[in-house]
Amino acid sequence: MKLTCDEATSICDKSQYKEASFWEIIKLNIHLFLCKKCGLYSKQNSIMTKCYEKHKKNEINNLDCLCDEEKQTMNKELKTKI
Amino acid sequence: MSTKKHILNPNNWVNLHADYLFNYTISRVNNHDLAKDLVQDTFFAGLKAMDNFQGKASERTWLIAILKRKIIDYYRKINSVKGKAEVKMNFYSDGEREGEWIEERVPNSWGNEIEKNIENSELSTALEKCIDSLPEKYAIVFKMKTIQQFETEEICKELDITASNLWVIIHRARTQLRKCMEDNWFNN
Repeated sequence: MKLTCDEATSICDKSQYKEASFWEIIKLNIHLFLCKKCGLYSKQNSIMTKCYEKHKKNEINNLDCLCDEEKQTMNKELKTKI
Repeated sequence: MSTKKHILNPNNWVNLHADYLFNYTISRVNNHDLAKDLVQDTFFAGLKAMDNFQGKASERTWLIAILKRKIIDYYRKINSVKGKAEVKMNFYSDGEREGEWIEERVPNSWGNEIEKNIENSELSTALEKCIDSLPEKYAIVFKMKTIQQFETEEICKELDITASNLWVIIHRARTQLRKCMEDNWFNN
């Protein structure tokens, strides 16, 4: 039943994607109840997830794409080989 | 199902497929120039392999199949080369204290302005820097899972890793990112 901090924080990370199992969550909660360091990690982990969400939205708004110039170069290089 | 036989026309490849192939690649390799090179290589490889095209698949499907192999080759390469970036250990890996936090990596409190910090428009830039400090494979797996939100199974299939590998990578990436953001953002 007893987890190390490494194992507990692993489950904590997995749970951010809602992929930790029921038993893992129970074991994690027991550990978090007893361990302040991992408790803080868990709290900050949810904040980090929010940051990643923000970052994701930002990435969607600034979609990386090929510019026309790059495509022209690509086309030129391809045509030399046709 | 159409019985129409598809044909290849390399003169139109860039026009018709470059954007599509690029979008496919950029969500999997995390680097603009590299993605561009992989697309260009795919076109070259397509030219060479034109004689093998049987017309069963559409031109795009056929090109994507080539591109997928190029991406897999690239993953193999970063797997075998030791990256310059390293993942810092957060926990003792052996001895009596195995699995416990290493002192200087123990989380610190982040002060009171967390919400404001999250709303700050420069957050993304700081985070991007931290992600770039990860070994490439870690950055790719982390981004595919967290930013692109691929299914675990799909990432494992594409990168040829097991689910437990994936979670170890995610765990190490997230603990390193937490520390990096603590040092450079939350407690700056």
